[in-house]
Amino acid sequence: MRRYSVFAIAREAMRHHTGWERAWASPEPRASYDVVIVGAGGHGLATAYYLGKNFGITNVAVIEKGWLGGGNTGRNTTIIRSNYLQDPSAAIYDKALSLYENLSQDLNYNVMFSPRGLLMLAQTHHEVRGYLRTVHANNLQGVKTEWIGPEKVKELVPIINIHGPRYPILGALYQERGGTARHDAVAWGYARACSAMGMHIIQQCEVTGVRSEGGQVTGVDTTKGHIGCKKLGIVVAGHSGQVAAMAGFRLPVESMALQALVSEPIKPCMDVVVMANTVHGYMSQSDKGEMVIGGGTDGFNNYTQRGSFHHIEETLRALIETFPMISRLKMLRQWGGIVDMTGDRSPLISKTPLGNCFINCGWGTGGFKAIPGSGWAMAELVAKGEPGPLAAEFSIDRFKEGRFIDESVAAGVAH
Amino acid sequence: MSTRLSCGGRLIDRRAPRDFSFNGKKMRGFLGDTLASALLANDQMLVGRSFKYHRPRGIVAAGPEEPNALVGLGVGSRFEPNQRVTTTELFQGLTATSQNHWPSLEYDVGVVNNYAARFLPGGFYYKTFIHPRFAWKHVFEPIIRRSAGLGKAPIDRDADRYEQAYDFADVLVIGGGVAGLQAALVAGRSGARVLVLEQTAHWGGRAPVDEAEIGGLTADEWIRNAVEALEGMQNVTLRLRTMGAGVYDHGYVLAEERIADHTPADGRPRKRLWRIRAAKVIAAQGAIERPLSFAGNDVPGVMLAGSVRDFVVNHAVAPGDRTVVVTNNDDAYRTAILLVEAGLSVPVVLDARAAADGELPRRARAMGIRVETGRGIASVKGGKRVTGVAVCAQAGQGAVLETIACDSVAMSGGWSPIVHLWSHCGGKLIWDEVNAHFRPDPDRPPTGQDGQGIVVTAGSASGALTTDAVLRDATNAAGGTDAPEAAVPQEAPVAAIWVMPQGAGPELRAKMWLDYQNDVKVSDVQLAAREGYTSVEHTKRYTTLGMATDQGKLSNINGLAVLSQALSIDIPQVGTTTFRPPYTPVTLGALAGEARDDIFQPLRRTPMHEWHEAHDVEWEPVGLWRRPYCYRRPGETSHQAVMREVSNTRTNVGLLDASTLGKIIVKGPDAGKFLDMLYTGMMSTLPVGKCRYGLMCNEQGFLSDDGVVARIDEETWLCHTTSGGADRIHAWMEDWLQCEWWDWQVFTANVTEQYAQVAVVGPNARKLLEKLGGMDVSKETLPFMQWQDGTLGGFRARVYRISFSGELSYEIAVPANEGRAFWDACVAVGAELGAMPYGTECLHVMRAEKGFIMIGDETDGTVIPQDLNLGWAISKKKADYLGKRGQERAFLASPDRWKLVGLETLDGSVLEDGAYAPAEGLNANGQRNTQGRVTSTYFSPTLGRGIAMGLVLRGPDRMGEVVEFTKLDGSLAKAKIVDQVFYDKEGAKQDV
Repeated sequence: MRRYSVFAIAREAMRHHTGWERAWASPEPRASYDVVIVGAGGHGLATAYYLGKNFGITNVAVIEKGWLGGGNTGRNTTIIRSNYLQDPSAAIYDKALSLYENLSQDLNYNVMFSPRGLLMLAQTHHEVRGYLRTVHANNLQGVKTEWIGPEKVKELVPIINIHGPRYPILGALYQERGGTARHDAVAWGYARACSAMGMHIIQQCEVTGVRSEGGQVTGVDTTKGHIGCKKLGIVVAGHSGQVAAMAGFRLPVESMALQALVSEPIKPCMDVVVMANTVHGYMSQSDKGEMVIGGGTDGFNNYTQRGSFHHIEETLRALIETFPMISRLKMLRQWGGIVDMTGDRSPLISKTPLGNCFINCGWGTGGFKAIPGSGWAMAELVAKGEPGPLAAEFSIDRFKEGRFIDESVAAGVAH
Repeated sequence: MSTRLSCGGRLIDRRAPRDFSFNGKKMRGFLGDTLASALLANDQMLVGRSFKYHRPRGIVAAGPEEPNALVGLGVGSRFEPNQRVTTTELFQGLTATSQNHWPSLEYDVGVVNNYAARFLPGGFYYKTFIHPRFAWKHVFEPIIRRSAGLGKAPIDRDADRYEQAYDFADVLVIGGGVAGLQAALVAGRSGARVLVLEQTAHWGGRAPVDEAEIGGLTADEWIRNAVEALEGMQNVTLRLRTMGAGVYDHGYVLAEERIADHTPADGRPRKRLWRIRAAKVIAAQGAIERPLSFAGNDVPGVMLAGSVRDFVVNHAVAPGDRTVVVTNNDDAYRTAILLVEAGLSVPVVLDARAAADGELPRRARAMGIRVETGRGIASVKGGKRVTGVAVCAQAGQGAVLETIACDSVAMSGGWSPIVHLWSHCGGKLIWDEVNAHFRPDPDRPPTGQDGQGIVVTAGSASGALTTDAVLRDATNAAGGTDAPEAAVPQEAPVAAIWVMPQGAGPELRAKMWLDYQNDVKVSDVQLAAREGYTSVEHTKRYTTLGMATDQGKLSNINGLAVLSQALSIDIPQVGTTTFRPPYTPVTLGALAGEARDDIFQPLRRTPMHEWHEAHDVEWEPVGLWRRPYCYRRPGETSHQAVMREVSNTRTNVGLLDASTLGKIIVKGPDAGKFLDMLYTGMMSTLPVGKCRYGLMCNEQGFLSDDGVVARIDEETWLCHTTSGGADRIHAWMEDWLQCEWWDWQVFTANVTEQYAQVAVVGPNARKLLEKLGGMDVSKETLPFMQWQDGTLGGFRARVYRISFSGELSYEIAVPANEGRAFWDACVAVGAELGAMPYGTECLHVMRAEKGFIMIGDETDGTVIPQDLNLGWAISKKKADYLGKRGQERAFLASPDRWKLVGLETLDGSVLEDGAYAPAEGLNANGQRNTQGRVTSTYFSPTLGRGIAMGLVLRGPDRMGEVVEFTKLDGSLAKAKIVDQVFYDKEGAKQDV
């Protein structure tokens, strides 16, 4: 892999950029690999990358039915934070955040991680108490967050209206280290680094079956033929249930569409990421200038990556109320992604009923921020066959035991 | 120079001048102008700067596909960035400013990027700014952010309002050109309910510009007749200035109507968002002309050939005196012919095809226009304005054969159908080899719930490119057979030529723009292909091709073609990126509609709402309700008010507006059985006239709501829920009744708003009721945990003897419309008993003093009733209830759960909200171990100290133990584990 740098660009500029090599190779699949990862999204590629980097396992194929990074990695609102309430969540999301902080240098690919700070607004007394609890928890978890008052909120986000007639802003949970990254670049950077280690990234290759012998996985059937493997990692988000069915087990996961939209680009007016849970909406401004806006999930299961209208309406009402100046901006594009939701809205990084077959899914509406940590933990699980501390709590068995990792608690209910 | 012609202009009214300003310069246009035509009439070709390289840019197109000419429109509270001049109608006093430059449009420092363009190819930022790490956040990114973005951010609150409306139609026609009108005529005559939308202010589209003849009439005459006929049909509605934005599942269509954009501040809403249900959508949006890729194709003065005709015919504006036409098809000859007929000069038509023998080229030649075939443009001369073109052989590498002076270039790379609405909901496309464009595949439409297509296209949106074919297609689309005839010249096919010249080297390719706004060039797409970003989605995202505010309307097909050549595969194999709503950007305010400020969400008011408002209330939002948090007397802080309310209630009597409390009637032969499943306790055995506290859990076993249930009669129960939980619990009940136990005879009704409820609480509560007079409220007649119907002070009342404070307490429900009068009566008779109203915070303090749990405080979705020592409220006699199985799981049944206890700080201080109790050591992830947390914490005026409840590991077994809790300043507070009931442990005060 030839390294990227300002000097490389200058050199290439002299010859009209004709000398750049492929970011990742496009090989035909071999007959078998030590490890096959199904799904070349951020989580799958990160898993492969840390298998190589942390465990020296490079005889790896990452197979993808479409184009790499084309699922939720390429259609989320790019928010990164680790201010989670429950210990297992805070551990893995903070691991992810720490890895994000050095990811551009680690991958030699600028993923534009931008720790611009993140605010979660409190607009009811109940929410205030919930976020105070999160700050207390985060302090013990080693995750630096703080509670700030409305004036400080206004100072960080001058375009915000803290005196709304319905839900005035009472304060916010602030994580200075939170921010955003360029979502596509995360997938591309990992793909390039994996390819450089000799791993195969095979796009346009759909899994059609999972083969096993004596309770152990032996390979997958694909649209490019059979591919054998000693270990299999299923990392396919919204389509986890379908691949798991091929492997002969069921998952406590439902798939539904989550909506997002962007405005037309404008000059910088908001540096911080703002989330407003009481009124349901969140917004940040991309480096390109678009306001990136997230909404809710549809209340029904489906696989269409389309947006519907009613969520957009609800979200924009909330955000115009919070940021009145956006009213005259225009919606440029709306879309949907298929999120995989578990019963407690926390992920699965787990062994499965099939031997040497592992699953990583259930990231729901919050997967992008977890990518490096998720890959790190999944790689350990695949390499060792047993989960390390980051993944231990995220096993499928927690639903049998009632050991939920429920993050919706901060939302709770009004009294 | 661009200028107004002395005659013509079918859309302008020369008797109605309109003054406007651009960058402070005073200009004049006419009624009927767009801002684009008015700017061109004033020789303002330079209108903006591009996104990345800050190159000078002019108007390229005449419609919503325009990528360059975006301006800031209006000022102050009516300022709007990124407004497209080609779709902005001119009005008196319009103010426009150009964007993305500093210090001025003419002299922009950002253009330094242009000179460094060689070092800034597509995707360059992924390859650099990596080291040193801190520099991205502190140096590089701030620079990139500032130089990116387009228009300025608005500052003021929007002065306009927006509204939303609903409509429905059998046939919804989107697009009011001849195709749309013909389809509407056919559908209208069939008797269907028809709605026709046209995004501009005029019917007819491009047919009049191209001088079509329909049924022996001029296009203008035919259109006038068609509109008159449609207006005469009762079943047809026509809407101008209404853009079909998106097609959603089940034939749901969103459209945006511009009501007062051209008449600002006239009192009407600025825009109206239409939400339309249509059985059938006919998408007749037309086609968009493609640019050609030659070096310098972005210099101001290079325009689409069809758009040049639009400006000449519609607005009598010529973009230049000498216009070179460059084309790969016959259609562009119309531009050459039109310009010469208008008295302007066309020095040459450069046709990239080997031969041009169609009727239009022949006519052009006959007029004496020089036509050169097999020729292309090697480069465009000029910086802020075209000064000439260098001509080359299309087949070569760009050697200049001659240079021709000109001040504008009209280009045509062929036409692409507008397939957005077809594609939004899953309609598929096929590649049309003959016309070199993607068009809808009629066999693979977007489908509705019955599997049938919900969208058909009509006219050039289907790929029909001549007027006769357009009319036939539109007639078919609407189910008709008789299409009017149109006389059309025979046209030779387009040649699939994308890049000019064919063998252009890297120098030239780096100056051929594909996406004008985002500065994506042919060389960038080729670079993406070289680097393996070969999926069309990768190419788009790597180069930003098609991601600008025009969403690739001009650039996408050309980009695909370049990509397919770079990969040596066919265009259909490359495919397209996904078409997403909206077709053109929609104002966020219109999407939100009227819901702003006070009515941003519906406001639920209790019957006593106005009284609270008039009595120093401090509100707290609770769901859509607002409840009094406290009543702050002059000079009091909120905290002081709450303390006063608690003390008064405990010593005299307090009045609480409890109307928001959820009230759900559950009735029917199986109601008892149903409630036994819903609640953990036994409700079927509750005697009529009695009340019982109940808990509800979800299927996982976690506590989700609580409240008092009253048995009204043999078949009827009234279930009280939390204020925030009423709607959720009602839906939960219906979910079970409709989806699981559909054969049980149970009916539910949410009667929360049918009753006003007042809690009369405190030692003087009975006296207050007795003063009201009426029913007997003595302990003997109405003991604790019973209810009775009767009258109080003349009001029909249902009186519950229940208490959430530990005091003698009555909750009195009266019909909602008598609620305010009843409240007033309570306040009046209570005055001499020391009655004061109290709010939610006082309620919280009193329930915490008494050790009562609060859903949402003691519970958080991970807590089971057993954790809260509420095992007594779980019936041991029942075989099942919702959550029972969940609670039997190992982790929940473990003795090592965090359980509810009371907490008393050693120094009497108040523990912090949300504080945790650290335990020894770290867990496997290096996090501090914990052994409990605070769930409710208050200063108790009754005890004169801080009190709290919390969940602590095996808490009830550790009474008297001292545990430390975190504080935000990093220190720890010591608290003793005590019983959770701090006040009147025996319950003597409430049962009197």
